[in-house]
Parts: sequence; structure tokens; C-alpha cells
Amino acid sequence: MKIKKMILGLAATILTLSPSAFAAKNITVKGSDTIVILGQRWAERYMQSNPEVTIQVTGGGSGTGIAALINGTTDIANASRPIKDKEIDKAKQAGYYPEEIKAAMDSLAVVVHKDNPLSELSMKQIAGIYMGKINDWSEIGGNPGPILRYCRESNSGTYVFFKEHVLNDADYAADCQTMPGTSAVANAVSKDAAGIGYGGAAYFLNQPNLKIISVKKDESSEAFNPVKADGTLDYEAAWTGRYPIARYLYMYTSFKPTGEIKGYIDWILSEEGQKVVEEVGYVPVK
Amino acid sequence: MPTKQSLTQKNIRLSERAIEKILLLAGISSVVLIGLIFIFLFKEAVFFFQTASPFDLIGKWVYDEWASKNIFNMMWQAVSKIPKYSLVPLICGSFLVAFPATLISAVIGIGCAIYLSEIASNKTRETLKPTLELLAGIPSVVLGFFMLAVVATVVQNLLGTKFRLNAFVGSLGTALCVLPIIITISEDALRAVPKELRDASYALGATKWQTIFGTVLPAAISGISAAVILGFGRALGETMIVVMATGNAALITLNIFSSVRTMTANIAAELGAVAQGSEHYYALFVVGSVLFAFTFILNIFSEIILSGMRRKLRM
Repeated sequence: MKIKKMILGLAATILTLSPSAFAAKNITVKGSDTIVILGQRWAERYMQSNPEVTIQVTGGGSGTGIAALINGTTDIANASRPIKDKEIDKAKQAGYYPEEIKAAMDSLAVVVHKDNPLSELSMKQIAGIYMGKINDWSEIGGNPGPILRYCRESNSGTYVFFKEHVLNDADYAADCQTMPGTSAVANAVSKDAAGIGYGGAAYFLNQPNLKIISVKKDESSEAFNPVKADGTLDYEAAWTGRYPIARYLYMYTSFKPTGEIKGYIDWILSEEGQKVVEEVGYVPVK
Repeated sequence: MPTKQSLTQKNIRLSERAIEKILLLAGISSVVLIGLIFIFLFKEAVFFFQTASPFDLIGKWVYDEWASKNIFNMMWQAVSKIPKYSLVPLICGSFLVAFPATLISAVIGIGCAIYLSEIASNKTRETLKPTLELLAGIPSVVLGFFMLAVVATVVQNLLGTKFRLNAFVGSLGTALCVLPIIITISEDALRAVPKELRDASYALGATKWQTIFGTVLPAAISGISAAVILGFGRALGETMIVVMATGNAALITLNIFSSVRTMTANIAAELGAVAQGSEHYYALFVVGSVLFAFTFILNIFSEIILSGMRRKLRM
């Protein structure tokens, strides 16, 4: 009697589960830790309106995501840097043709303490500071005193992007103090009058003890700030490239997206998907 | 046919033997675990030398575009066009935190142990000891956060240091971790000194002060030094506090107010996202092996000293 009931119950559960289990479309997304929160927010929102689709988002780093794409273990790879030629070759050898989607933008801000008289720096000066060639604030027109550099850990995409695009791939100075996260950088600089730090601009908004530096592309050009006077991100500056330290956040698919993957990516690029970008604190693509 | 009584006796004997075996297993398991960790750590570390030379762990000749000549570089810069895996700044950082931390906690801890074992009344001891044990129970991430948010600012305002987060701030936090270890082991050592020695000292007309410093302390000195060595090992291994409070800049320096990067902080910060099987990954295992070797040797030292003292006092 009991056993019969159990079998019946089991059969019933299998019957109710199986249609959804077979109909459900699974999309796996893997890659950059910078995009992991954004990616999860996208997935949650998308699954609410499309309950037949299941999306799994995991981090691990841009390189990990692209490697998974080449190995065929993920549908979409998130990356905070463009795919390398070497990686495209590898993918083609494995029979994949990666498609690039620019899904969002991120402005990196350079910050100093609010008492620091400087309000603009050139890319060259920032590079000089972080490479250890400029060591005193008076060398770039500030109050005399040593410059204390705050930096991110070497495993972060921000560290690599800053190294490649601001330092031209030169090494950081040895006395860069590495902080375990952008909010730790914000905390350290807000308490250190001689400090300088960098990170995703959203982390530095509305912090009374921090000043976001305006950046000049070269000595003769005008300085632009990633943040508008009203304290919100300046999308226009990132879109036009006026603000020089902005980057795209990418998604890669193994082929030209079709079916449910295409549906998901179209939604991300739609107004609704880009609204999530703004909510998380990044810059939407135009 | 066996009687009922003999049967129960047999059962008791059987279950007792089973319990013995289970306890033996528990005893051996820790030894086996240490052995396995040891093997795993060194096995992974050895792979580093497939692609790099042992000399890389000290420094590397790198062409410097600024000076346009080759410069001998002693740096830890794992993410770079030319990765540099020098252990010198990391070892330097570890010792620059662990030495002052041990010194601070030894001075306070030994004083505290003397007070607890020789001077304090039973009542004071009963309130003081549990309080000290509470100190050992504070999670180190909480101590680290406290150092980062509060103590670092106080230290910078008092001493005007260049780096707000520096080795000294880290060692203050680490000292709090080491203190309970030094107090507990030193107090045990002091209490192990036979009462006869103290009585003899008093009988010769010595004051309490003279007895403590002339008789009890010399008798317990090896136990106390073992406590300090063990504390030093603990200080070398402390991770969370130093990650948060030392600034983590891999500098070669002897200035205790400079920012430093310890071996432990380096592993904690980088192992999370390094590609498995890369040179960088194996380099981190080399760092771990070196750290393990350091603390292992320190522990053996203190064990030798402690067992020597036990033998001496028993005679």
C-alpha cells in the first residue's frame, strides 16, 4: 500500500517536472568578475519575463570565460577586455567562430583626497605616478609631499586594463599598495591626504572625502571628468571617447547568436537591458 | 556453554577494543593529514622549476627602458610582460610584521604570565584568564578591520608615518593574535616549576621579587622561549590581519613604518584568480612551501626546547 503510493507520487512528480525540464532552454554565461553582478542582474530580470529560459552566470575572470568558450563548455563568455587574436585562432581550430557583442561600458576614475588641490591630470602624468617616475605631488603642481599609490590586486581585470591602457603595459611601481577591491581603494584614499587611487567610477560617486580627477588625453588637450557636476556618471564622455579611460565590457558567443541566445542578447542591448546597466553603475552602450 | 556474565564481559572487551581502534585512527589521522598537505604543497611547488630557475626566486636581470641598461630586479610582479617572482620582498615583509608582533606580545605576554602564576590571587586569575581566552576567540578578520579603520589613523596621526597602512599597524594586530598563545604556554611553564624551588628560595631569605627573577624565571626560561618561538610561528602565518592592515606593497625595506607584503597576504590575494597550472600558480606554491618550512622548523625547535625542559624539571 505504502509502496504503491510512493510509486504513484514519484510518477506524478516526474510527469509534472519533465515537460518543463525538456522545454527549458539553458544558457550558460561565464567569465569576467567585473561583469558578474551585472550579468546576474540581467539574468534575473530576463528569467522573470521569460520563465522558460534558465540562465546560469558564473565568474572566474575574462580569460577563464573565453577558455570555456573555446572548450565549448559555455554558451556566452563575458570579458572586460577584447578577445585576443591568439584566442580567436584557438577557437577557430576548435570549430568556433566567436562573435563579439559590446554589452556595456565602464569608466575608470582616478581619485584623490578632497583636500588635494589638484583637479586634473594628463594620462602621461597618471602613468608616471603609477610607474614610480613621479613621486612627489609638487612635481605635478600639488602640495609638496610624497605620493601614496593605491592599486588593485593583480588578479583584477581593472588592474590589467589600467596597466595596458594607462601605463602602456609597463610595470607598476613596487610601492603601489594593493587593496582587495575598489571599495577598499575608495576607503583608503578617503583617509589619506597624500593618496591616489583608481577603479570603476561608480564606486567613487557621492563620497564627500574623495575628488574624482579630470583626465587629459595629452598635455595640450582639454580635461574631462567621468562624472557630471550633479554627481552622476557622464555617459556622453565615455561614448565619445572624450574621457580617455573608458572601456567596453564584452560578451562573446561561439557562433552568430541564434534562438534563445539571440533573444537574450537582443534583450540585453534593448532599452530594458541597458537600464539594468545604469542601475548597477556602469555606462550603457549608446 | 558460556554463562551470561562472561558474554557481557566479552562484549565489553570487544567494544573497548573497537573504541581504542577508533581513537587510534583519530590520532593517526592528523599525522596523515599533515603528511598529505606536505606532499601536495611540495609536489606542486616543484613544477615551478620546470619553467623557471631557482635563481628567479631571488631576482632577475631585466632591461630597464628608463635607464637603458639591464638592472637586477628583486621584485614580486607576477602579472607583467616579464613576470618576476622574487621571494626577497615577501620574506622581508613577513619578518617585518612577525618580529615586532612577537616582541610586543612577548613583553606583555610574559609579564602577564608572571602576574597570573606568581602574584595574582585566585579570584583575579579566575576573571583574568577567561578574559584573555576571549581575546583568542576574536576572529582575525575583525581585528584586521579594526586595525584598518581605526588604529591605522591613530598611528598615522601620532607618528606622522608616510604610509597609513604599514608593517607596524599589521604587527599591532598580529600581536593581539599571538598574545594568548604566549601567555598560556608561558604560564604553564611557570606553573610547572616545582614548589620546592620557591620554598628553598624563600628559606634563604629571598623576597618575592628576588624569587621570581632569580629562581622561577630561570627554571622556566626554556618553556617561555618555546612560547615565544611558537608565537613567532603564529605571527608568520597570520593572514587576514596583514592583508587588511599592511598595504601590501612588495617593498624590500627594514623600515617598520613602510607598507609591506607578506608571504601569507600574497598567497591570499593572488591564488583566488590565478590560472591553474600556470607558472604564477606554481610560484604561489613555492611561497607556501617556504612559509610552511619556516613554521615547521620553528615548531620543531619549540618542541625540542619544551621536551628538554620537561625532562629537566622531572628529575
